[in-house]
Amino acid sequence: MSKKPAVIAKSKPAPKSVAKPKEQPKPAVKEKAPAAPALPETVVVGQPHRHDSAALHVRGAAAYIDDLREPEGLLHVAPGYAREGARGTILSIDLSEVEKAPGVVRVLTAKDIPGQNDCSPSIGGDPILADGEIIFHGQVIFAVVAKTRDQARRAARLGKIRISARKPVVTADDAVIRSSDDVLPEYTFTRGDVADVIAKSGSMLVDSFLIGGQEHFYLEGQIALALPDDNGGMLVHSSTQHPTETQHNVARMLGVPDGNITAECRRMGGGFGGKESQASQWACLAALASHHTGQPAKCRLDRDDDMIMTGKRHDFRVTTETAYDSTGRITGVNVEFLSRCGCSADLSQGVNDRTMFHADNAYYYPALRIHSRRLRTDTVSNTAFRGFGGPQGVLFAERLMEIIAFKSGKDPLDIRKRNLYGKNRDITPYGQVVTGNLLPEVIAQLEESADYRARREAIAAFNAENRIFKKGISLTPVKFGISFTLTHMNQAGALVNVYADGSVQINHGGTEMGQGLYTKVAQVVAEVFGISLELVRITATTTGKVPNTSPTAASSGADLNGMAAKRAAEQVKDNISNVVCRDWKVPKSSLVFKDGQIISGERSMSFGDACKRTTQARLPISATGFYATPEITWDRVKATGRPFLYYAYGAACSEVTIDTMTGEMRVDRADILHDAGKSLNPAIDIGQIEGGYIQGMGWLTTEELVYDGEGRLRTHAPSTYKIPCASDTPADFRVALFESQGNIEDTIFRSKAVGEPPVMLATSVWTAIFSTIAGLGQGAIPALDAPATPEAIMHAIKSVRA
Amino acid sequence: MSADAIRFLRRGEVITYRVSNPMQTVLDYLRLEERSRGTKEGCNEGDCGACTVALGRLVDGRVVYEPANACILLMGHLHGRELVTVDDLAQGDRLHPVQQAMVDEHGSQCGFCTPGFVMSLWTLHHAGRKPDRQAIVDQLAGNLCRCTGYRPIIAAAEKSCTGEASDAWATLSREIGVQLAMLDDETDILCGRPDSFVALPAKADTLLDLYSRNPDATIVAGATDVGLWITKQLRSLPKIIHTGRVKALHAVSERTATISIGAAVTYAEAEKLLGSISVDIAEVLRRIGSKQVRTSGTVGGNIANGSPIGDMPPILIALGARINLRKLADQRIIELEDYFLDYGKQDRLAGELLWRIDIPKLNSNERFFAHKISKRFDQDISSVMAAFKFIMAGRTIGGARLAFGGMAATPRRARETEAALIGLKIDAPETWDQAIATLAKDFTPLSDMRASSHYRMETAQALLRKALEELVYGHEVRLVGPPRKEAWA
Repeated sequence: MSKKPAVIAKSKPAPKSVAKPKEQPKPAVKEKAPAAPALPETVVVGQPHRHDSAALHVRGAAAYIDDLREPEGLLHVAPGYAREGARGTILSIDLSEVEKAPGVVRVLTAKDIPGQNDCSPSIGGDPILADGEIIFHGQVIFAVVAKTRDQARRAARLGKIRISARKPVVTADDAVIRSSDDVLPEYTFTRGDVADVIAKSGSMLVDSFLIGGQEHFYLEGQIALALPDDNGGMLVHSSTQHPTETQHNVARMLGVPDGNITAECRRMGGGFGGKESQASQWACLAALASHHTGQPAKCRLDRDDDMIMTGKRHDFRVTTETAYDSTGRITGVNVEFLSRCGCSADLSQGVNDRTMFHADNAYYYPALRIHSRRLRTDTVSNTAFRGFGGPQGVLFAERLMEIIAFKSGKDPLDIRKRNLYGKNRDITPYGQVVTGNLLPEVIAQLEESADYRARREAIAAFNAENRIFKKGISLTPVKFGISFTLTHMNQAGALVNVYADGSVQINHGGTEMGQGLYTKVAQVVAEVFGISLELVRITATTTGKVPNTSPTAASSGADLNGMAAKRAAEQVKDNISNVVCRDWKVPKSSLVFKDGQIISGERSMSFGDACKRTTQARLPISATGFYATPEITWDRVKATGRPFLYYAYGAACSEVTIDTMTGEMRVDRADILHDAGKSLNPAIDIGQIEGGYIQGMGWLTTEELVYDGEGRLRTHAPSTYKIPCASDTPADFRVALFESQGNIEDTIFRSKAVGEPPVMLATSVWTAIFSTIAGLGQGAIPALDAPATPEAIMHAIKSVRA
Repeated sequence: MSADAIRFLRRGEVITYRVSNPMQTVLDYLRLEERSRGTKEGCNEGDCGACTVALGRLVDGRVVYEPANACILLMGHLHGRELVTVDDLAQGDRLHPVQQAMVDEHGSQCGFCTPGFVMSLWTLHHAGRKPDRQAIVDQLAGNLCRCTGYRPIIAAAEKSCTGEASDAWATLSREIGVQLAMLDDETDILCGRPDSFVALPAKADTLLDLYSRNPDATIVAGATDVGLWITKQLRSLPKIIHTGRVKALHAVSERTATISIGAAVTYAEAEKLLGSISVDIAEVLRRIGSKQVRTSGTVGGNIANGSPIGDMPPILIALGARINLRKLADQRIIELEDYFLDYGKQDRLAGELLWRIDIPKLNSNERFFAHKISKRFDQDISSVMAAFKFIMAGRTIGGARLAFGGMAATPRRARETEAALIGLKIDAPETWDQAIATLAKDFTPLSDMRASSHYRMETAQALLRKALEELVYGHEVRLVGPPRKEAWA
């Protein structure tokens, strides 16, 4: 086990210019937030334990689904689609060549589906196999089942499909003009008479820009392996963030009760939201093949197919009119989010709601109208992606701050501070009161540790001296609401099995996709029992052990499953305590579970012996635990309530250099201070923060999804779609956890969720670019869209120099 | 005399393997045949590095390990090499130092890319020198991680790649060298039948003869392109001829005025010599593909395939390179620029092989600039690739060769602009504009997923202006890369 917490991760020793944050400046605005009660010291929780599979990862011994020993008679499934056409009627499907191809056992089409031909997570509209029409380019029309993967893939190319294709609706702008219906109804938050505020305002701005989507690029592509069981049962190994939904979708497709199907996932090679709803289709196809052949079947997508056939982060057109006063404080915001949802609803309601929930980011909008349209396009259905719509809302708010600062000639950081939530300005656009706002303190600390003001001056001097290279720096905050906004999803179950020798197996509804959830939950259980982490064995998530689970999403994994596991463990602990206390005739309050021992005064017993005693006393040492997040309410119709249990906070300061002749850009330095409450595992949390920042940076810089006029994705492989690589990580990268007393809410050991919020720290990269470009002109607002590719940067530079 | 199987070294043993499917990749061999499932498939096109394995070979009597993408590596590439995979590194419960460093630094999250990173780091561990940060990120450019943000992986590299290899391979280096030396012979290899085979000729004559008899065969050097024909286009390539064993094709030579490289010389092998012509060439070479791609891919392959976006052809054209083509005993030498006829069409006859590339070095009155523009700095395909040679007459441009990639259906010279540059006084920047604007007459670039036509033209012009600025002022005008040279004096 590692010894001391690595709370700070640095790529470089701090150079002289950086002040050590030894004495933290007091926040200017003190919130009424009550401090969390002091917690007893923890032993396992709070330590930087390694990822439970780290030693397996590095040996290549961590088994992903494609690594599982292949059962006898395994068949392979490959999807087939029409090479031409995005939207239209299927005129004919000629699969004769496919059927004749070597190794082909069976070819499946929509008519082979015994139950419901849909794998939607919401209101339908996601056929497993296209039936009669296609609604996007790349939609699966048939599936080849063959003896080898290679045979299946080769045969899948031989289908001859004729489509009566119409000109597809591809972009959000297109959809506004040409789509006859949206995938979901529009939705609005309002407060005050914003039109009036804007009309009467002395200073206002009108702005519009585009936000691009993002491909998940999980390194392990979509995959499922279906194993037939007797009596109509089936076990489906699926790389899914949502085993319960996979189970349900497979059952619904086969027309059998959910109870016939078990879905299991030990680990994913990355998910990022891309396997929340859209892992189901591949599980369904594997299950369908298995159903028809009686043999095990595996469906593993080729990378290009994966990128073509699965949805991405939503892209947007954002348009606003915003009024502000002479001090740069916003008085009214009217914003419209036009979201490109693709061909179906999928998770677009939650995603776009969250865009609205985060359109304020950290700022108070006195009067407002936040309007959202969920547009239908003839493209793959956009889906969950880390941040779940939040990043787009945050980018809007931060662009707003930049523009106000630029127009009023002030430092953008001062404009941000001016607009923060604070006393008497603490009600969000959806009625939740912001409590425990850490941002004044987080920003103040980061401003100092990143040496923001001095560097801003140095950059101004640099820019005055350099004609071609220009630099910029930006410090942006993040406030991210934690809880599923669909309130009923905020629940979790866990199963803790203790064995008579004191070893432990834990299981819960959360899935492991690299975020370290399994490690954190194991730490929680080890903490409760006072035993070493090694004694806690983590087992694969399966609907057979913990049923009716929510997806591992919304950053909620540790909050929900950690709490459920804690409750389960506490029940077992209670039984053990009862037996020991009876034997020893001591009060329960005297018992301590520590270092693998149970201690009361002078007496002690090993945890294993106590477990044995408990079974001999005929009490169970296995228990289920259940947790439902308290206190949250959300009335979507009235758009009011408390959708979030709490907020996670953070801030980042990024410095960039731009080549104004080519648009090339480099991130020189990043400083991050992020609030993970009382961290369950600082090493894992730092990993989430760094990784989230770089992933967000990719979204806003190099990652460009390009569709052609025919609705075909042209960037469907890593050769054309560029996620950040090692050299893109800033050479000077300083990441620290914000030290606090912990979450003011009673979360698992007062920690905070940390999966998604760090993505939005990367907003500072984009705003740094924006402000650099703004500085090149004579007052024009840069026409900078996201992502800020070299070409987008050049376009923006010209827009201000023109 | 010929053999009917390839031989390679695996876990201390020589494996004799009859390749039955000419298109079989090393990744499929590992995962489906050997059932070693540590090596992962991420993209199946050599871009993500999850499948990285190490290949050991003898270089000047010493065993050298290089990373390669197993997904687009064909079985034929293994001949005479040692294949090391992630499954091999730990000794029982004891992790290899690079594995231990990855664990200690929290370098894995989902873990799927990790085996590839471990193998890239393992080759760096064996590189014989302590890398600086630049060398580390260069080494890792071909390994994508979507979880960590790379910082902890870079830290693991700093910790475990100290210049001193400390593992079984270091200890057994001599024995491994002996085994590899035994595999290095002059025996031609042919696995298969007349209509479906993998051939690895060792002798030049065998290669020429075989190809002239099988002009429909696919010539494979590093397979960094051909590999994708197999894994992505799912083409059938029943006849595959590897060029990698023919020593003549690996020749690199330097004469007073010319550098010559054989058609099978990899980027990695050419790096030093070509980089000596200009720091800009060294920098472009650093950014071509990734370490994995550069150790497999060849300069010759980049030419032979006729890609309009290859990075080397514009550089070679600007330098005035010529190529030597052979068909049996016939050979001809042509200007490289004349080789590229049209999109996907080259001046190469059936059964004719690219044999050698002759590259003129710079004269003392010549200055050379090359600049690559891409969405991502490392391991990306250029949207615009520019290479310029200026022939100076005092402070006047006496002549120029300007070549571009990404601007037309082939790598091509900007002849009108070259003409417009003649007589340009470099000290009169106000006169540059007209020459720079002439590029619009030379090219009508396409719009695609990498860049729009407009951006390409604008950037091509910007790169020419930048080169002129560098020529005159010599100051730093690049965002990445080594410091620039002096101004023209």
